[in-house]
Amino acid sequence: MSMDASDPQPLPNSQPLLQASGLSKTFGIVEVLKDIDLSVRAGEVHAIIGENGAGKSTLMKILAGNHQPTRGEMMIDGQKVSFSGPVDAEHHGIVLVHQEILLAPDLTVAQNIFLGRELGRGLTMDDRAMREAAVKAVRDLGADLDPDTIVSRLSIAQRQLVQIARVLLVPHRIVIFDEPTASLTPHETDALIKVIRDIRARGVGVLYISHRLPEVKEIADRVTVLRDGRLVASQNASDLQPSDMARLMVGRDVAKLYPDRQSAEIRETVLEVEGLDVPGYAQGASFRLGKGEILGFAGLIGAGRTELMEGLVGLRPSRGAVRLNGQAVRFSDVHASLKAGVAYLSEDRKGKGLLLSKDLTVNLTLASLGKFVRGLQIDRKREREALDRAIQDFDIRTGTKEILAGQLSGGNQQKLLIAKMMLLDPQVVIIDEPTRGIDIGNKQQIYTFIARLAEEGRSIIVVSSEMPELIGICDRILVMRSGRIVGEVTGERMNENEIVGLATGISAGEAA
Amino acid sequence: MTGATTPETGAKPKTSRDWDMAAIAPFVALALLLVLGYFANPSFASLANLTNVITRSAFIAIIALGATYVISSGGLDLSVGSMVAFVASLMIMFLNSGAIADPVMLLACAMLLALGMGAACGLANGLITTVGRIEPFIATLGTMGIFRGLTTWLSQGGAITLKDRELQALYRPVYFGSVAGVPIPIVVIFVTAAIAAFVLYRTRYGRHLIAVGSNEDVARYSGISVNRVRTIAYVVQGLCVGVAVLLYVPRLGSTSATTGILWELQAITAVVVGGTALRGGVGRIWGTVCGAFILEIVGNIMLLSNFVSEYLIGAIQGAIIIIAMLVQRSLMRK
Repeated sequence: MSMDASDPQPLPNSQPLLQASGLSKTFGIVEVLKDIDLSVRAGEVHAIIGENGAGKSTLMKILAGNHQPTRGEMMIDGQKVSFSGPVDAEHHGIVLVHQEILLAPDLTVAQNIFLGRELGRGLTMDDRAMREAAVKAVRDLGADLDPDTIVSRLSIAQRQLVQIARVLLVPHRIVIFDEPTASLTPHETDALIKVIRDIRARGVGVLYISHRLPEVKEIADRVTVLRDGRLVASQNASDLQPSDMARLMVGRDVAKLYPDRQSAEIRETVLEVEGLDVPGYAQGASFRLGKGEILGFAGLIGAGRTELMEGLVGLRPSRGAVRLNGQAVRFSDVHASLKAGVAYLSEDRKGKGLLLSKDLTVNLTLASLGKFVRGLQIDRKREREALDRAIQDFDIRTGTKEILAGQLSGGNQQKLLIAKMMLLDPQVVIIDEPTRGIDIGNKQQIYTFIARLAEEGRSIIVVSSEMPELIGICDRILVMRSGRIVGEVTGERMNENEIVGLATGISAGEAA
Repeated sequence: MTGATTPETGAKPKTSRDWDMAAIAPFVALALLLVLGYFANPSFASLANLTNVITRSAFIAIIALGATYVISSGGLDLSVGSMVAFVASLMIMFLNSGAIADPVMLLACAMLLALGMGAACGLANGLITTVGRIEPFIATLGTMGIFRGLTTWLSQGGAITLKDRELQALYRPVYFGSVAGVPIPIVVIFVTAAIAAFVLYRTRYGRHLIAVGSNEDVARYSGISVNRVRTIAYVVQGLCVGVAVLLYVPRLGSTSATTGILWELQAITAVVVGGTALRGGVGRIWGTVCGAFILEIVGNIMLLSNFVSEYLIGAIQGAIIIIAMLVQRSLMRK
């Protein structure tokens, strides 16, 4: 494979809409982008991939006018341009679909789509025209939404469609998607990919940022790989396999993403759940978890997996029998479950896992402060020692220990969260979406940590929407649908088809 | 997820150390005020005047220490002004009842009663906001009305006055006396602040309090009992009100329906001027003490100088809180 950074053979009769050359960006003394050449042609999807911190988002922010490049230039239709801000970039036809949903939750679909550019008739707003235009804008994306629905009642995928509709209302020639599928289910992702293909078919140039390589392979015409702020490859997508992309992103071979594990043996049961109901979310869940076992929970978003786990550890009201080492237990709150040795790591790292505005030490010891108290006081020296150990044991990469948790990358935040819970030495560890939003190098490490925890004799439950990861690290997988455990897959049957079949209800499966 | 906030790409890596500027700011402001006061009127800088000013700030300073706890936990207590009136009224009525013959014992019991009642009022606030799940603003707006109304009812619209001369003489030194030349109220400010700082910065409870104020969900998912931590913060606030009452009663020996009016706002001002974030998650004990001093000193400078009418004190204090917020925000952006 060629590592040549210049453009591959251009498609015939397709002059670039946008041509950037030598783009560099320096913040303070840190050079985050160096000499990036990039072109976008009409009617192509150009994917930008790279690990967190590779400079993807800085590059997109320069193209969308949020940042000024330190060096380098951009040409549109052969004319040199520089953007004073995002609005200026929009005037040149470049629009950005943000990764985060930036909508007013209490306003309707139509009000959000036209927010800040309401259609008016004299002094009053023309609500009817806006509603009609909103219906059309959403329908153009292949969806059907009532324009009067309050946005907070929509699913994440629907909100994202509203956001895309809102952006596409601006006359555009280039659309930048910043990790649009990060919080979508596989089904919703497929729908979005169709939307992007439609946009491409209209002769619009699409820049597409994503971590999910199979999806990039599916949709992209060209792929540009960034690593450490440099362009390492720019090639036709047809010449690249996802494994090639991963290697280019990480700079080393990551073919072995999942650690080797001993095959499952008959293990003593550690946790036994029987007929657990979490009212409104999960019904009659029964399962066993063995010592040193990694048990996966698969299912679509909304199947009740997270809520079942939250009910189990006392974060939600629940009914049913839970036995830990044969003893009946009932956790009224997290304090009780942690004390019994059952730790739950939330899927929402930033919202529920870590105090982003506090330093690493405070976060690390928060759940186990009792171990660091001497007399009345917290022993800060022992806290610092614990941080040093955690940084070493879990390879938390940070320039300085004085940093705030919110300034760590997603992967390092997850490592810190794991370290935090491991201070409690739990017997059962429940990890919800362990690698969501985490780049491939860190993913590999986190899988290794999970395997190590199991080898240490802990029992692990992994809840994940990424089937390859469940298949890669779990001994058994339970599949949930609409609040019920609908089947168990093991051994030969542990494949995506089997899981999807159970998760969507296409195949019945035996109740576990 | 896209690297903008990671250290590799962040504009200037901001570490936990960078927040220190916001912590120092109130002390710089206090120093500047002292210099300004000296130039406005040299007698301002006399030891007698400064001691007097700080002594008078004791009520607000001590109440504001409790408010620092409540606000750091993400709460708010609007009832403290009327709580002072209510608890002080009960204390004076107990002293007037002469329930215990020995005046020293009577006074000791009355003081315990004031602390206990303060803690009980705080507990009520805490339980209403946590167990009752009512917004702190509304809950304490309600109890503010209740405490004020009970005071008016107890005093029948008039005043409740400590009648016994002997008790007055016995109790008077607690406000007017001094230890090694330092007026007792100043000693009480610093001792209370030292205890508050120890608990907030050094103990498990303090860490939990900051965690709850910083992000309630993270605290709950870490096994911290959010309701318990919040309720205790209100009890601490009530205890601080009790301590303030212990100093208030010997000073005036009388309460009425207007006792402590607007003290809650002065306390909140002192907390915010001191650098504690109103949204919770950051508590600065010594900043709060400094904030209370600043409020009192500004008033004193206005009295001593002829630049500005002293009738404008309220307006100036209002301006101070706005300026303090602007300064804090600009420091945090750096």
